[in-house]
Amino acid sequence: MKGKLTEQIMRFVFLIAAFASVLAVALICIFLFSNGIPAMLKIGIPDFLLGQKWKPSNNLYGILPFILGSIYVTAGSVIIGVPTALLTAVFLAFYCPKKLYPILKAMVNLMAGIPSVVYGFFGLVLIVPLMRDLTGHDGSTMLTASILLGIMILPTVTGVVEPALRSVPTSYYEGALALGATHERSVFFTVLPAAKSGVIAGIVLGIGRSIGETMAVIMVAGNQTWMPQGIMKGLRTMTANIVMEMGYAADLHREALIATGVVLFVFILIINLCVSALKRRSAYD
Amino acid sequence: MTKERTIETNSEKKNDSAPNNRPGKKKAAMNLIKYHPLSALVAGIVWLAALLTMAVLVFLVGFITVKGLRHLTPELFSLTYNSDNVSLMPALVNTLVITALALVIAVPLGIFAAIYLVEYAKKGSRLVSLIRITAETLQGIPSIIYGLFGLLFFSTALHWGYSLLSGSMTLVIMILPLIIRTTEEALIGVPDSYREASFGLGAGKLRTIFCVVLPAAIPGILSGVVLATGRIVGETAALLYTAGSVAKIPSSLFGSGRSLAVHMYVLSSEGLHMEQAYATAVVLLVFVLALNGLSTLFARGLTKGRG
Repeated sequence: MKGKLTEQIMRFVFLIAAFASVLAVALICIFLFSNGIPAMLKIGIPDFLLGQKWKPSNNLYGILPFILGSIYVTAGSVIIGVPTALLTAVFLAFYCPKKLYPILKAMVNLMAGIPSVVYGFFGLVLIVPLMRDLTGHDGSTMLTASILLGIMILPTVTGVVEPALRSVPTSYYEGALALGATHERSVFFTVLPAAKSGVIAGIVLGIGRSIGETMAVIMVAGNQTWMPQGIMKGLRTMTANIVMEMGYAADLHREALIATGVVLFVFILIINLCVSALKRRSAYD
Repeated sequence: MTKERTIETNSEKKNDSAPNNRPGKKKAAMNLIKYHPLSALVAGIVWLAALLTMAVLVFLVGFITVKGLRHLTPELFSLTYNSDNVSLMPALVNTLVITALALVIAVPLGIFAAIYLVEYAKKGSRLVSLIRITAETLQGIPSIIYGLFGLLFFSTALHWGYSLLSGSMTLVIMILPLIIRTTEEALIGVPDSYREASFGLGAGKLRTIFCVVLPAAIPGILSGVVLATGRIVGETAALLYTAGSVAKIPSSLFGSGRSLAVHMYVLSSEGLHMEQAYATAVVLLVFVLALNGLSTLFARGLTKGRG
């Protein structure tokens, strides 16, 4: 009897533990929304989301520059990072000499494990001065941030796309070869399209990482509160806005920063939904 | 989950028969350039992209190591921080404390959750999919959102202030999905015959799990724990406004203290102690390298055990 009781108790304990993640998501949503939404209403949702001026000292809380900043930097990083990441994934799956593979795979994993503050530091001491010399202007620009983020999303995208490529049945590849296609043609015109869902999931995941990245962007993007003014000018992202001002903000200013977090959170939730929908689709394929 | 696993084993097999070990490689390459110049070009671009990726990594690690190694003075490791020695020791100790605390809570919690999902829950039940969706959501949330939540919940609502405790708790939530997922995969990987044999010998479910299934899954679980440790060590945004950035070892868990990554961020944003920032970067990189190596080692142990 005693054994049965422990079984029951432990089963219950496991169940509670499994609910921890549900509880965490619920708490995060409750606390973010309950702290952020009142501020949005106080400022006025159009003024907050579409306002072009962020001047807390004048009670102006428009975060449009930061929303655009996040979108621009993310787009830039996708343009720079994704093609390289896709080609790297193709290389790992179809070109890599067998002896080299474990080493390269370990390197990609290592790249994913390097802390963002180290990437940011690398950008700060190397890419920023380099850009300054190249352009003659400020080195902390949208382009710098895009390049750095492009590097940072490389391992994320590669890590998702490579298994997707490998999961395509070999018969696709072999069939194309048998029809006289070259290795390249078979890979890019049969295997890659067949792995479409996985490829898109990888890209969306990269977008998620890029838009949520904080420390690296702060260190290289310049962080001016103006509307983004071109790729050779600095800008500020939503994430940067939170970290830059949270240290000294109070009252409505602080709440406005939390509301910025809420907007970011909504962006992330949408991206997450896309990823899980895509993953489900690739599971069905 | 099971699908991913089969894919991985498949891919290894596929790799053996991979089309890149054709005989007469040089001749084939020449023919390719001659008869299919576009294909040759594409092949060149693929190689170039891979080379570029690896070059960036090697350059980054090399650059920071070369520049930072000579600033790695004994002064940096003195027990107290002041603006003369800019010691990273307090930050290092804080990092270890935060990591230990976060792991002590997150690892059992994550393993128990995974046990429920794999060993108890009915496949495809609504409960399981709810848990899975929330875990996936947690995994996609960027660290700054965790930081904000930690600030609002642990520091403000629970009145823990800027403290190592709120920092650790924030990180617990952050690494929980990672530990759940890796443990789940490890548990799924344990063959059912283990469980059947154990049941056949008269063991109960609980005993089977703790004495048979879990030991067999340990390499996989450890590899996940090591990955989680790596995330904690490198974390900045989630700690900046939960654990704070005071540069000393606090007297209790309710005191504020900066971690190594936060230390590095503060140094480089102040811009006064760039040399020490380089050195801190090296220490961080050493951590990450060691943890990555460990994780690979465990993962290899896993595949070997199965083979």
